[in-house]
Amino acid sequence: MKHLLSTQDLSARNALRLLDVAEEMAAVGEREIKKLPALRGRTVVNLFYEDSTRTRISFEAAAKRLSADVINFAVKGSSVSKGESLKDTAQTLEAMSADAVVIRHPASGAPARLAASGWIDAAVVNAGDGTHEHPTQALLDAFTLRRHRARLGGLPSAGSTLAGLKVLIVGDVLHSRVARSNVWLLTTLGAEVLLAGPPTLLPVGIGSWPCTVFYNLDDALAQRPDAVMMLRLQAERMNAAFFPSTREYSRRWGFDDGRLALLDTMGLDDTVIMHPGPMNRGLEISAAAADSPRSTVLAQVRNGVSVRMAALYLLLSGDPRDDDEPDAHDRTDSPPILIPEGRAS
Amino acid sequence: MTTPSTAGTTSTTPPAYLIRGASILGFDVQDLLLRDGVIAAVGHAATAEAPADAAIIDAAGLIALPGMVDLHTHLREPGREDAETVETGSRAAALGGFTAVHAMANSSPVADTAGVVEQVYSLGLASGWVEVRPVGAVTVGLGGERLAELGAMAESRAAVRVFSDDGICVSDPVLMRRALEYVKAFDGVIAQHAQEPRLTEGAQMNEGEVSAVLGLTGWPAVAEESIIARDVLLAQHVGSRLHVCHVSTAGSVEIIRWAKARGIDVTAEVTPHHLLLTDELVRSYDPVYKVNPPLRTADDVHALRAALADGTIDVVGTDHAPHPSEHKECEWAQAAMGMTGLETALSVVQYTMVETGLLDWEGFARVTAVAPAAIGRLGHQGRPIAAGEPAHLILVDPAARWTVDPSTMATKGRNSPFRGLELPGRVRATFYGGHPTVLDGRLASPRPASAPTTDEAPAWNM
Repeated sequence: MKHLLSTQDLSARNALRLLDVAEEMAAVGEREIKKLPALRGRTVVNLFYEDSTRTRISFEAAAKRLSADVINFAVKGSSVSKGESLKDTAQTLEAMSADAVVIRHPASGAPARLAASGWIDAAVVNAGDGTHEHPTQALLDAFTLRRHRARLGGLPSAGSTLAGLKVLIVGDVLHSRVARSNVWLLTTLGAEVLLAGPPTLLPVGIGSWPCTVFYNLDDALAQRPDAVMMLRLQAERMNAAFFPSTREYSRRWGFDDGRLALLDTMGLDDTVIMHPGPMNRGLEISAAAADSPRSTVLAQVRNGVSVRMAALYLLLSGDPRDDDEPDAHDRTDSPPILIPEGRAS
Repeated sequence: MTTPSTAGTTSTTPPAYLIRGASILGFDVQDLLLRDGVIAAVGHAATAEAPADAAIIDAAGLIALPGMVDLHTHLREPGREDAETVETGSRAAALGGFTAVHAMANSSPVADTAGVVEQVYSLGLASGWVEVRPVGAVTVGLGGERLAELGAMAESRAAVRVFSDDGICVSDPVLMRRALEYVKAFDGVIAQHAQEPRLTEGAQMNEGEVSAVLGLTGWPAVAEESIIARDVLLAQHVGSRLHVCHVSTAGSVEIIRWAKARGIDVTAEVTPHHLLLTDELVRSYDPVYKVNPPLRTADDVHALRAALADGTIDVVGTDHAPHPSEHKECEWAQAAMGMTGLETALSVVQYTMVETGLLDWEGFARVTAVAPAAIGRLGHQGRPIAAGEPAHLILVDPAARWTVDPSTMATKGRNSPFRGLELPGRVRATFYGGHPTVLDGRLASPRPASAPTTDEAPAWNM
């Protein structure tokens, strides 16, 4: 793996590798000294064309725990055309010897463009591009689901897939990069994905996705999902006539108290409620659902740092077990991926 | 082929050219004598009548075709001379095998007055590589609100017959109706850019399976088809002539086929890129594939090829749209729409239509020269290759193979979506009014302003 641009082009092998390394990173996070020297002397640039404090600090924490130097580069102003071109910015970062660029951009495909353009040699990590993908979010969701199931089964999380798991994603799939990345990653890892939302917010062409699509949330819940992932609804969608009102949306597609109670009635004691944040309480998710023991919202945030550490580590250290490299699977005696100082024994 | 010894000299009598052994429209092998701007003789008569100092052109293995006529070219001048000029664009056209191009009206200022169309027309005359026919805007400033002075443009020195707001759809049905009615007074045609604006707000690519995955705002086929359906009915109602620019969907083909069956006076155009490329290429997010209307699906491509073969689609128009590199070296959403096409059109049409057996070379001449000249009312272009006809013709090597390299093109635009592709067919020579603008596949010289004319269309004469 040279870049992390989407989950659609992520193999099951690489995805599992990322999640397994993230488990080791999570273990580091539980130590007294939460820091590894792995990326000492390397420079990670957080290039953010959209405000996203959550994602930015998660990547910043991940890079710092790996001892990398972190430069935060926020491109001001909503109109990219007013400022410097992506090409010039990329070449500037190249001249400053950036080793990795974590890019958040309102235009779908901007990270892919950066990676393929030849403007910069650094590893590119997609931290969310337009309505395309948000691969580290999907990885942290998969990580969270994997841990949830491991805990239920009393088994170790590392090495396991999501086979047999049924995940329902609800809401504005059309504009959601989180939904797209999750559809590809979760199915790659063996999960069954269900989608539910108003037909106006499901893309034309969704018929070819490896998912079952529902227009009615309660019909989808009747399929007894193991996890329900609520997508954030952007209020401005209402102005473009995607749905009549936020109240109607909330009644038909919101995870409200009634649906929370329904999970209990159905005996779905182990079904979790996920949300990528930030939440619109009372709109797509009720406060009771968000704060219930079923909610994994804070675990998702915590796991985000581990997953992003794994991504930066594997991209910048060069993974000997990378299946993109032709001779990778011939090596049986590959060295351990982490050689940290003072590793917990 | 030998370079004639007289080319480039300053002899007072324009040279005659004896073309030896060209296959006429892919059929019989004949000699052609070009003199005084016309095809003076064909066959044995050509050899017999050739003056002693006639330049000999060996055309063994080459096909003689009428010079191509493009109904849809963006020459960018006036206003965006950094993207293209009449000079550079018409050089590219000559190299591509064209002897006439229609320069679209979306320049800056917009070609919506007699003054601007005469300026473009004069620039074309001064360049001398091809006949440059300005297209007049339908509405003032392409604003879609008031009709431009169509009559003044029609009666200007540029004698405009094709009117278009290309780039923007004349979406107001009343304005479209009036435009169609009004141009009947001077045998004009409205060339519509069919794109329902509300259905395509922020549209970035074809709406379908690929856009769903890429998260790019979709440009649905229905936005094109609904406008075409409306416009053919308007054209029928007012009894006028409609030309549909760059048809891109299978559904549009069905509507045009239906309209023609009803006797509606509609013609349609397809671009070379829509005959070959699909929206799968957008997966790269490389803006060289960003164009309006967007690249569609393989099913659409096959429907467009079939429609061009059976005459439902009348012409190939390049929609040559050069852009400065900074408008393509950026994110997809920020990038300009458009592709260059003048220097690759012949090869792409040969590749997609001739080598697939859908068209023979006579059919190629129909869709690239005869039909577009008829739509643009250029009586002297797209003519048969016969004695007494104006000498607008090209010699094509159908066996040649070449790899597209945009950096070597005559156009200023480097935004060719065919970059790196190996394509068949090369233009070896282009004769514009009997004067070789291209010889040995390279630019020769522009047609001198004093060159003889055929006394046909006044606008073409000098």
